[in-house]
Amino acid sequence: MTGSKRLSPFENYSLPECWDEMFAAQGEVRPHYAALKERMEAMPPEEMKRRKQAADLSFLHQGITFTVYGKSQGTERIFPHDLLPRIITAAEWARIEAGLTQRITALNLFLGDIYHEQRILNDGVVPRELICTCPHFRREMRGVHVPRNAYVNVVGTDLVRVEDGSFAVLEDNLRVPSGVSYMLTSRQVMKRVFPELLRQYKVRPIDQYGRELLSTLQSLAPGGRANPTIALLTPGVFNSAYFEHAYLARQMGIELVEGRDLLVHDNCVYMRTTAGLRRVDVIYRRIDDDFTDPLSFRRDSILGVPGLLNAYRYGNVTLANAIGTGVADDKAVYAYVPAIIRYYLDQDPILPNVETFLMSDAKQRDHVLSRLDKLVVKAVGESGGYGMLIGPHSTVDEQAEFRQRILANPRNYIAQPTLRLSAAPCLLDNVEIEPRHVDLRPYVLFGEKVTVAPGGLTRVALRKGSLVVNSSQGGGSKDTWVLND
Amino acid sequence: MLSRVADSLYWLSRYLERAEHTARVAGVHLNLVPEQPAEMNLGRWARVIQSLGIEETGTAPLGTSNVLDMICYNPASRPSVVHCVMAARFNARQVREEISSEMWEQMNRLYHQVVGADPTINSDADHLAFLDKVKEGAQHFMGMTDSTMTHGEGWRFIELGRYLERAQSIARLLETHLTHFEANFNAPGEEPDALPYPEWIGLLKSATAFEAYCKVHTPAVLPRLVADFLVLSDRFPHSVRFSLDRVYGALAAIAENAPSQRGQTVVRVAGRQRAMLGYSQIDELLGQGLGPALASIREECDAVHSGLHQAFIGYPVEAALGV
Repeated sequence: MTGSKRLSPFENYSLPECWDEMFAAQGEVRPHYAALKERMEAMPPEEMKRRKQAADLSFLHQGITFTVYGKSQGTERIFPHDLLPRIITAAEWARIEAGLTQRITALNLFLGDIYHEQRILNDGVVPRELICTCPHFRREMRGVHVPRNAYVNVVGTDLVRVEDGSFAVLEDNLRVPSGVSYMLTSRQVMKRVFPELLRQYKVRPIDQYGRELLSTLQSLAPGGRANPTIALLTPGVFNSAYFEHAYLARQMGIELVEGRDLLVHDNCVYMRTTAGLRRVDVIYRRIDDDFTDPLSFRRDSILGVPGLLNAYRYGNVTLANAIGTGVADDKAVYAYVPAIIRYYLDQDPILPNVETFLMSDAKQRDHVLSRLDKLVVKAVGESGGYGMLIGPHSTVDEQAEFRQRILANPRNYIAQPTLRLSAAPCLLDNVEIEPRHVDLRPYVLFGEKVTVAPGGLTRVALRKGSLVVNSSQGGGSKDTWVLND
Repeated sequence: MLSRVADSLYWLSRYLERAEHTARVAGVHLNLVPEQPAEMNLGRWARVIQSLGIEETGTAPLGTSNVLDMICYNPASRPSVVHCVMAARFNARQVREEISSEMWEQMNRLYHQVVGADPTINSDADHLAFLDKVKEGAQHFMGMTDSTMTHGEGWRFIELGRYLERAQSIARLLETHLTHFEANFNAPGEEPDALPYPEWIGLLKSATAFEAYCKVHTPAVLPRLVADFLVLSDRFPHSVRFSLDRVYGALAAIAENAPSQRGQTVVRVAGRQRAMLGYSQIDELLGQGLGPALASIREECDAVHSGLHQAFIGYPVEAALGV
């Protein structure tokens, strides 16, 4: 390589019109990305390509794939993974960690309150109607005590970095958040691909997540029972997150059960084993409320366990997360989270919300309807990037359709400004490096104590210009490095 | 261990053993076709299919390409290698957390090789390369299983599936062979040349037994010794007796763990069979007729299969609760 000077892979990198994770200005790299830039510049394109292929192959062999529906068998694709890590400094992380801890503490107090005294509704801080009309508010949970008053035990909060470089909360995922296995396996792959760089950066480890999840679940055993039997309840192999369920069960050394492995007798839950029936104390359930118990919720569900809810209400088994947590991540309730934090903790929110307009409020609704071409409209109960109108990218017809829908059912919609998510450089298939929009989903555990895993899933909108990071909509992921400095 | 998990471990190894066995038999016969006179090849593929326990369907004459499609490549054909590998992986996926990462990655590697096979290949060399990959992939998996998985209950169910499948396959292989090639078992001085020698070698090779047989008996292939080796050898891992010894060992270890009498019935069935083979002499079996003896061994294997299901997997809940 002597003699001929190779072009830097960042030579043609054009700065996006938003916060760029790596560059402060054209050609001016942020200090914590300097070592990465140097490393990439020292690497011939063929080498980059080779490492990318090695990473892809590793994901394929580990079976970290999702099935492309509607194609013939054998079309399993890997979840697209970008080779360039997203780097977060210790100072930035300290703020995120404090903000998430505060938020999840307040949300758990909120859930305990609305399923018992309902002080916050009586005091008029959150409108009673908003809670009562929420489909995820489970009346079955009124007056039910849950261990440690911990309703939400596993959280994956979606953060975005806005134009001034600060982080804001876009969504709380309080039901059955997924993706943590991608965080963990992506780090394993990066250790093979960039071992030197990881060492040089002193990246904070995340391998302890499995152990911490297990001790969180253990701390929730009914009546503080010692050595509880814990199981992970999955909908089964056809679920798109099945890989994750199996992965976590293996990391924790607990049984991975399906509904058909469990049965309820005398309000106790048992699993069917080769040595007979065995009592189960804590269930980390990865199925939605609606499917947990055909006797109480959806009668056509074959994924759940008949009688499970009664066993739960009797306090003979703990479900994590608790039933009915979805009321706190309703997108309309989301707008009240800053008020919820102030109400229970008497503190200002450390991580701000994104400005949100409630369509049930006539004034806010009129404001939004006049600017549908500029805002993002979301259905409150949807996730995965569905049921959304992105104003600036929408047609007049689509806007008219959403106007009808909003007017027909205002409670079901909110609107937010179109955010310019920050962008980070990504290595494309043709070995070019270009900016793509990213978000960040850190994972929080809440049991005896609050634990925030130092890292998270950085999701990437791989289509040029796209703001949608969901894997079902052409999204990919990056490893997230939190520094120790 | 969860009953469903035990069931999947059992089936994953049964399917993989079946894929390996089918691939080996197909390879042996692909090699026999070109070097045999035309009259020996008449009905060859019908014999192969029968020896794999497949009910012949359809009226089209059985030729190399449609048989290979049926037993190797067609994922919609239940006995095919591709189908078996897919079924093995499907079961492995269900017990992803029970098996080691090495095992899972090897299973995936095999799966992607097999489903990614070029459907247009039609030269014998390509077929043989495909079949070699299957055999090798399955053996890698089993080797990794033995060296990376705890030899606990889950591993015992894998052993059960592998050896029960093997005992039945070898018994059926030999049984079919005997119905097509009459052998004079009682003449120790029989000249090997009078036999369809290559077909007997093919039989041994279908059970990976040729080299092992030669070490004991020299390449003089005598039907009586072949039968003795494939049925009663206590050391050769593809013999019926060796397989059933393993089945018994696995069942006895699993039943030790079960609290009630549920496991005892099936242990007795397996134990009786094991004792029968352990104390039989080949001449006695030949005297009774080897064909019927092999058929009854296969039936007993079926009894073990359904017995272990009743004891450990599909038992009635009332019995387990004691209500």
